[in-house]
Amino acid sequence: MKHTIIAAGLSVVAGAAFAQTPVLTVYTYDSFVPDWGPGPAIEAAFEATCGCDLQFVGAGDGAALLARLRLEGESTEADVVLGLDTNLTAAARETGLFAPHGITPEGLTLPVAWDDAEFLPFDWGYFAFVHDAALANVPGDFEALAASDVSIVIQDPRSSTPGLGLLMWVEAAYGDRAGEIWEGLADNIVTVTPGWSEAYGLFLEGEADMVLSYTTSPAYHLIAEEDASKTAAAFAEGHYMQVEVAGMLAGTDQPELARAFLSFMLTPAFQEVIPTTNWMYPAALPASALPEGFETLIQPSQALLLSPEDAAARRDAALATWQAALSR
Amino acid sequence: MASRPQPLGAIHWTGAVLAALVMASVLGPLGAVMLRADWPPALGPADWAAIRFTLLQAALSALVSVTLAIPVARALARRDFAGRRVLVTLMGAPFLLPVIVAVLGLLAVFGRAGWLNDLLAALGAGRVDVYGLQGIVLAHVFLNLPLAVRLILQGWQAVPSERIRLATSLGFSTADMRRQFERPILRATLPGAALLIFLICTTSFAVALILGGGPASTTVELAIYQAFRFDFDLGRAALLGLIQVAICLGAGSLAFGAIRRQEVGAGLDRPALPWPGDTGAARALDAVAILGAAAFLLLPLLAVLLKGLPALTGLPPVVWEAALRSIVLALASTALAVALALPIALLVTRLRRPGLVEGLAFLTIAVSPLVLGTGLFLLIRGVTNPIPLALPVTGLVNALVALPFLLRALVPAAVEAEATQGRLAEALGMRGLARLRHAILPRLRRPLGFGAGLAAAFSMGDLGVIALFSTPGQGTLPLEMYRLMGSYRTDDAQGAAVLLMALTLALFWAFDRGGRLDAVAR
Repeated sequence: MKHTIIAAGLSVVAGAAFAQTPVLTVYTYDSFVPDWGPGPAIEAAFEATCGCDLQFVGAGDGAALLARLRLEGESTEADVVLGLDTNLTAAARETGLFAPHGITPEGLTLPVAWDDAEFLPFDWGYFAFVHDAALANVPGDFEALAASDVSIVIQDPRSSTPGLGLLMWVEAAYGDRAGEIWEGLADNIVTVTPGWSEAYGLFLEGEADMVLSYTTSPAYHLIAEEDASKTAAAFAEGHYMQVEVAGMLAGTDQPELARAFLSFMLTPAFQEVIPTTNWMYPAALPASALPEGFETLIQPSQALLLSPEDAAARRDAALATWQAALSR
Repeated sequence: MASRPQPLGAIHWTGAVLAALVMASVLGPLGAVMLRADWPPALGPADWAAIRFTLLQAALSALVSVTLAIPVARALARRDFAGRRVLVTLMGAPFLLPVIVAVLGLLAVFGRAGWLNDLLAALGAGRVDVYGLQGIVLAHVFLNLPLAVRLILQGWQAVPSERIRLATSLGFSTADMRRQFERPILRATLPGAALLIFLICTTSFAVALILGGGPASTTVELAIYQAFRFDFDLGRAALLGLIQVAICLGAGSLAFGAIRRQEVGAGLDRPALPWPGDTGAARALDAVAILGAAAFLLLPLLAVLLKGLPALTGLPPVVWEAALRSIVLALASTALAVALALPIALLVTRLRRPGLVEGLAFLTIAVSPLVLGTGLFLLIRGVTNPIPLALPVTGLVNALVALPFLLRALVPAAVEAEATQGRLAEALGMRGLARLRHAILPRLRRPLGFGAGLAAAFSMGDLGVIALFSTPGQGTLPLEMYRLMGSYRTDDAQGAAVLLMALTLALFWAFDRGGRLDAVAR
């Protein structure tokens, strides 16, 4: 431990010695930063042009990221926050910590229009139930799922962003009938996990027929593992989207660099890294530029997405409905 | 019993200061979260439901764990067989595993697609559904039975062989043995073991949610997660943290009130002997207890091993680096935990109400890691940037959390050593360090080794607060394992889990074994 402290001390000294190189601190979620995540390639590409030191700081998942930012308030070291989704941006905006990005994004390939003064999207995906291709009688919508004996494992909306996404999916698709849908689903749900990893792990262990994940999940198995046995169920109601965004902090001491990073985020050098590291759709890359294998993924008939303000306003009531229906 | 109040030496005052520091390190962060919150905070009906459910599942888990541990500890104490030591060490593994690994191992055996249901299907019998309160208790027993067995086993091992020899020559029956030895052993060890497991289970979150099957199994820890992440209601999070403190103090006073010191009398530290009154029925019972516990604890580990072994050699380099970092961290926090525990344990031997100080130290496991980590984060941020301090802070917190385990191992032995050797040392005028070195420490070797092993293993396997501070290039092995899982890399994650299990067991074994070396000339 002594050595760690000494090392920490040395790195502070070293940091001071190279103070002429500006540092851009980007807070992001944990799975963005490892060697196999998008972080390292993006860092190298941006540093090649910015004349700066780009530092990623991982902080749990999207919700933990926002909580961290709220804890730190105006004194945060972050210049940019990358990895919130549209279910969180209303609360993030309300903190007053974010500054307008002032960028007119071009070439966005989201299935929905984008107009947000503070946040820019970097990738997106459709939530979907992933299952083994061999599964018989795959349900085609939530009502068919509720009527079937297909088992599912989902995430808790209180502790997981995909869990919250599913809550909003049912909310967007069924509105006032959401409670009825959840009651119907109750006997299909094997269990509810704290996060995506546990749910996906349980599914791979064979504990459930389907797991709440993304339409892009089968691409991982196909491309990285050459395993074509996983697929996603297309639901007739349409699929709720997760749009992941980044924004710059009002209190940043590097506003130019932060803005340069947000612009860089929508260029191919960043976008091309996303599909096979984050396993999501890049936000500004045409379908023709996606890696081989992505063409096999299901294409939802309709993209569902509540506006950030709508999602925030309906969240608490939707959660209460969910909890009441599943606690019976 | 040395009832004459004895003066407190330097080491005891050190213990008192350390105990106060430990308390401050728990209550300080809690206070920091409160200061940052909007007042007055309020709890909703869902929070109270979570508190009730938490108490229920934790009490059931503790009760079942210690009840099942009694026959197992008894059997292991009375029988000697080839491979006994390896079995005792291996059986400790579930306690040392990261929760998600243990859960996946357990589900491989008891889950819907598990071995048990495969077997039942082959036999044409019905299926077993593990999800529900029964699943939570099953998992908590799986995780904590090893700890209960070891803590109770210590009581048996504390009986000097001279006393057994005497009992044998007096022709003690099984009933005599029970009255003279076993009941006192249980009264000395059961309440503490039950308390420790109860408190561990009160902060359970992932296990309770996953095996509980849904939001009806919401625990206080999950309510804290919700308050903190979903609602960003720090006041509610802190209030729930305070309720955990209250639960700890309440349960602590109950348990410590029930502990009766094990008056086994002095011996010459000779090796154990077979117990008198052995019958065929007793042998059969012991065999069932040992085989049953071994199957229950080892089969899920086997499942983890089978899944992870193939990936072990192909693990990315970052995992090996994290493993090294974790080992260094575990050794550092073990050293710190021992440095804290020894003076506090010695202080406890001099107190009229020993439960008080030990109970306060138990706060470190009773209070939400999320609240603790957040509070520390806020406190450190007031002074300096916490991110470069991620590893030292994680080491410190791991040491604090390991403290109750060390104390529970040390205190009974220290009390015993003072009672049996203290008078002689007093008569010889041995004071201070000399007394510690010659009279007390030799009798603490075994529990110290065991406790240090637990501390090291705990620090190795715990995700701890590193996740709150994390930054690239500083990950510990459990954190990297979770990161692999979070990036679809299930195979690598399973490989990392096997590596983690092996390293953790090796660390535990090294300390535990070290504590027994040359303790007795065989």
